[in-house]
Amino acid sequence: MTNPNRTRLWRSEGASGLTLISPPLIYAVLMLAAPLATMAVYSVFTDGYLTIEPILTAQNYIDTWTDVLYRSVMLRSLLVSVFVTAATVILAYPVAYFVSFNVDPSKKSMWLFLITIPFWTSYLIRVFMWKVILGYNGVINSGLKALHIIDQPLGWLNYNVGAMVLTLAHAYAPFAILPIYVALEKIDRSLMEAGQDLGETRWTTFLRVTLPLSMPGVIAAVLIVFIPTIGDYVTPNLIGGGKIPMIANAIEKLMLKADNKPLGSAIAISAMLIVGLVSVLFLFLNRRFMRGQR
Amino acid sequence: MKFPALKTYTVAYLLFLYAPILLLPIFAFNDSKIIAFPLQGFTTGWFRMMWADDALFKALRNSLIVGISTSIMATTLGIFAARASTRYAFPGKAAGLGLIMLPMVLPEMIMSMSMLVVFLAIGIPLNLFTIILGHVLVCTPFAVAILTSAFQSLDKSLEEAAQDLGEGPFSTFWRVILPLVMPGIISSALITFTISLDEFIIAFFLGGTETTLSVYIFGQFRFPARVPSIMALGTILVCLSIALLTTAEYFRRRGIARTGAKDTGGFL
Repeated sequence: MTNPNRTRLWRSEGASGLTLISPPLIYAVLMLAAPLATMAVYSVFTDGYLTIEPILTAQNYIDTWTDVLYRSVMLRSLLVSVFVTAATVILAYPVAYFVSFNVDPSKKSMWLFLITIPFWTSYLIRVFMWKVILGYNGVINSGLKALHIIDQPLGWLNYNVGAMVLTLAHAYAPFAILPIYVALEKIDRSLMEAGQDLGETRWTTFLRVTLPLSMPGVIAAVLIVFIPTIGDYVTPNLIGGGKIPMIANAIEKLMLKADNKPLGSAIAISAMLIVGLVSVLFLFLNRRFMRGQR
Repeated sequence: MKFPALKTYTVAYLLFLYAPILLLPIFAFNDSKIIAFPLQGFTTGWFRMMWADDALFKALRNSLIVGISTSIMATTLGIFAARASTRYAFPGKAAGLGLIMLPMVLPEMIMSMSMLVVFLAIGIPLNLFTIILGHVLVCTPFAVAILTSAFQSLDKSLEEAAQDLGEGPFSTFWRVILPLVMPGIISSALITFTISLDEFIIAFFLGGTETTLSVYIFGQFRFPARVPSIMALGTILVCLSIALLTTAEYFRRRGIARTGAKDTGGFL
């Protein structure tokens, strides 16, 4: 039996909610959904001279997935993102743990504030600073030379994937720390006491109680770092010296310099599919994990 | 569970996080064209060199126009979304909010290219306005996130009390709810302004011939002789963002204190 009053109330509440959300929603549809749809349509069209011919083709996708050039760019982007994600999350975990477990509750927000400040300062300048720090005649090399530790500058510091991983791990650090911190904060502290009462050491308590319970935060951190990293444009450009392009650089080149918008769109859509697939995989893992704990 | 070595590790990690920012002022005041050790003595010449460039001030003016417009528009859109998500149940809520929040995780290159494709196809000229359109899209999710937590900590009985005392829904919103979430609104406006000021990809690709501050900085990287003056500019920008963030954090905490909620940490 339905209560007519309640239905009416819900209906009016639903209507108010929809009216309220419509301005931001319409904006997102116009500026995000419609352009992405346009890109998807372009990706199956044929590139003409200065125009895009509405002739359906799968060639752009075939090129994206089989051409050695684009495949290597895709693989490199994936690899760099995997390295960056692993480095960022592993380095960030102890920091999140420290703030959640070892810091006095009244000082926690100060520590979080300290961690987030560098993130809010100019991204371009931070990336450029790493170029300056790691450069051939940069801060580290000149510093070590001035201290007479080395005679010749270390060549392996700059213009390589390692430098890119370091820069990106620095850029996305707070993205990893905060979700892990939130997950750690939710853990019932008495569970750990129980672990120790039952004869576990500090380390095994961590491995068997704290770490599994904080996994949702770790998975969130992995996703939050992985997704923007794979689309990063500035770091390959500055730190890689333009010689180690990633997906964003390839998209830019095809869309603007080569003016092949269909192929560029196909690469962009493929990149989004990969990112989407990885996200779904991780969310699925997260759900299995949560179920296993119950 | 305490691990004593963790504090040392965390301090070392913070040093890693702050290393680029701490080096900036050192080399901004260093009297050498090359960013390297040993230091060559104190100078304020790089600040004067930076100050003498007219292009910087044009870029700064553009960035302020873009940043202020973006901040107002994104915060306004954010108020609508946050109010709808915390107060009302309606069909398609999760999907709608999901679409609004999506720019937070989508690579900016993909968003800017898809918008560029549409602007070129319709024939919209690229200028500051198109940058603002892109920045509002990117900043709105951050506004929604900040404002949702502000609206969430509202006590619903305050609103009901106002309505019982004869206020209409609009005046309730205007006279009761808005003042209570005002700290959240200010915090959202400051954060979205900071994001817009810092954003590069959208400004670079959707700006046409107009340059914002970040596009100007990126252009300067190509000239080795300009690097020390970029260090000077960076030093000033870092000080400004820290001031802005401290203000935003102050308002966020005051907002939490005002609604009587418990502080759960930063704004992310």
